[in-house]
Amino acid sequence: MSILVNKDSKVICQGITGKAGLFHTIQCRDYGTNIVGGVTPKKGGTTVEGFPVFNSCKEIVAETGADTTMIFVPPPFTGGAIIEAAEAGIKIIVAITEGVPVMDMIKVKKALEGMDVILCGPNCPGLVTPGEAKVGIAPGFIHQRGKIGVLSRSGTLTYEAVYQTTKNGLGQTSAVGIGGDSIHGLTHTDVVKMYNEDPETEGIILIGEIGGSEEEEAAAYIKENVDKPVAAFIAGATAPKGKRMGHAGAIIEGNSGTAASKIQALKDAGVVIAPTAAEIGEKMLEAISLKK
Amino acid sequence: MKLLEYQAKAILCEAGLPVPKSELVTSPDQVESALEKLGITVGVIKAQVYTGGRGKAGGVKLFKSVEEAKQMAEEIIGMTLVTHQTGPAGVKVESVILEEASDIARELYVAFLVDRSRSSVAAMISPEGGMDIETVASETPEKILKIYPQVGSPVSAEACKKASDFLSLEGDLADQLADVLNRMFDVFQAKDCSLLEINPLVVTGDNKLALVDCKFAIDENALFRQKDVDGDPNAEKSDAEIEAAKYDMSYIQLDGNIGCMVNGAGLAMATMDIILTKGAQPANFLDVGGSATEEAITKAFNIITSDSNVKAILVNIFGGIMKCDIIANGVLNAVKTTGLKVPLVVRLEGTNVKQGREIIENSGLEITFAENMADGAEKAAAAIQ
Repeated sequence: MSILVNKDSKVICQGITGKAGLFHTIQCRDYGTNIVGGVTPKKGGTTVEGFPVFNSCKEIVAETGADTTMIFVPPPFTGGAIIEAAEAGIKIIVAITEGVPVMDMIKVKKALEGMDVILCGPNCPGLVTPGEAKVGIAPGFIHQRGKIGVLSRSGTLTYEAVYQTTKNGLGQTSAVGIGGDSIHGLTHTDVVKMYNEDPETEGIILIGEIGGSEEEEAAAYIKENVDKPVAAFIAGATAPKGKRMGHAGAIIEGNSGTAASKIQALKDAGVVIAPTAAEIGEKMLEAISLKK
Repeated sequence: MKLLEYQAKAILCEAGLPVPKSELVTSPDQVESALEKLGITVGVIKAQVYTGGRGKAGGVKLFKSVEEAKQMAEEIIGMTLVTHQTGPAGVKVESVILEEASDIARELYVAFLVDRSRSSVAAMISPEGGMDIETVASETPEKILKIYPQVGSPVSAEACKKASDFLSLEGDLADQLADVLNRMFDVFQAKDCSLLEINPLVVTGDNKLALVDCKFAIDENALFRQKDVDGDPNAEKSDAEIEAAKYDMSYIQLDGNIGCMVNGAGLAMATMDIILTKGAQPANFLDVGGSATEEAITKAFNIITSDSNVKAILVNIFGGIMKCDIIANGVLNAVKTTGLKVPLVVRLEGTNVKQGREIIENSGLEITFAENMADGAEKAAAAIQ
């Protein structure tokens, strides 16, 4: 098993005729993902690099049975693209686009309430289930199918954790980048829960960063519900207060959202903390041996 | 993007909110005509700066005559304000506003902001106006009421009632509060605010509400549709930060002496953190992003080396979309034009790592390779010992 995507996922790209959209759709197809086409308004009926292009999500779902989308449209249109996909019946929406206005995301979250749909992102690297499907911009070749579930707010730190667990032989069941924005879809807790319920996943790596309180919420969930070994790294211990560290959501506001608070909450939940990003794989091994 | 008080108040006034009358002045000779226009000789002069705590630092004063106002303008315009938020360097005051004084009976607090954990807008309301809200929140949290209005709808009558009860406002004042809350919420949505804080919201002696001071910040992601807002997106940013932003890179200057060039915000933070564990301090945060060109990398390298505190440089790249050979060429281009004056440690991993390493090895330059990020941080720290 794995979470969110697998070899049977029927994946589309919204914004497939854009430079980034097309490049990554090809990369995903080369990885083995079942790409069934793309959407660009007014370009329906054409094909690009062998991918059929449709005018709308509704059309492509009716024609292909698509159930998963990755969104590369520019920020002003991303909110609308997410809602369009959800209304067309797509079940997994991965929004890669960086720079989506916060107000748009508040509206999106409201619109998605009560719908049977999962949103990942925006401003995220996407999802990979090694050997089955890659939906997003992660470099496929660093992944190795195995037993660890990886989740992170940061793209490159996801790669770091994936690569370290590939090198030490643990491998991954899936890797999920939930994104660096302050208002977004899947949370740390949502993904921890999925990995906890996935029989193939034997250990979980959680990578967080300064800003917000999702890591603390995930820690509370882990404390109550998770028996699988968990290792974590929190980035931004040295970040100055009040400055946005690249990600829109990575900011210490007042005294909340500090790395220290997140690390303490995770420690209290029995999570093994990697003191640096170079030791994530090592600490996962340690967490596994502690549980034996 | 933060707005100055006068910019924010112009928007609030236009939205029909009760804002005291004021005039902007950039030199003392403009004081007399500004006061004439306002029809006052007594009032408040306020420095227009982005930092909080300006009152305590001498940036806000009460004047009782035109002469006094002129004198104060003379003092304040051009002065360097040092507050608890500015650090010792302070900020230079370029302009002031002259404002009619409010007859203050009570000082309240109202702010609209984004509540991350609820993915919604929240309004915070407190009877403790004029205080630092963080202090109120930590010492007397029971004095803060939070309501969660729905985007696209007015603030509900029920929520308004709750707010006026909480602030002990009755009758006409309760109606005024409901009007203020709704107009503020409209502005918050229309202008893509990340924060709209009124502190204090004054109840005057004749029972009117007045928005006496405010903080107004706009979501940077929404600036593309807020082009008509009078504000400077580059205010409070250093030249290096502005330069980096032109290339879609994110740079923040810090106090240490190891310059960092990293791809990805998370990895860039983690690189700063690991440098500290090796007993050294990062000189900057720099995320070159996922799709930087060779030219952007060269620019990034030049920004790092132009900081005279930098005594060693650590390049830490995990190439995903970013290719290691592009990084290598970008760095070499920079070094060719400016020379390499400090030790350079490079860690490359991921896409095209072999090509990237070859480019650097064949350059004949004295560049130290690192096996992983821990090794890189250690070598960079050792280089400045």
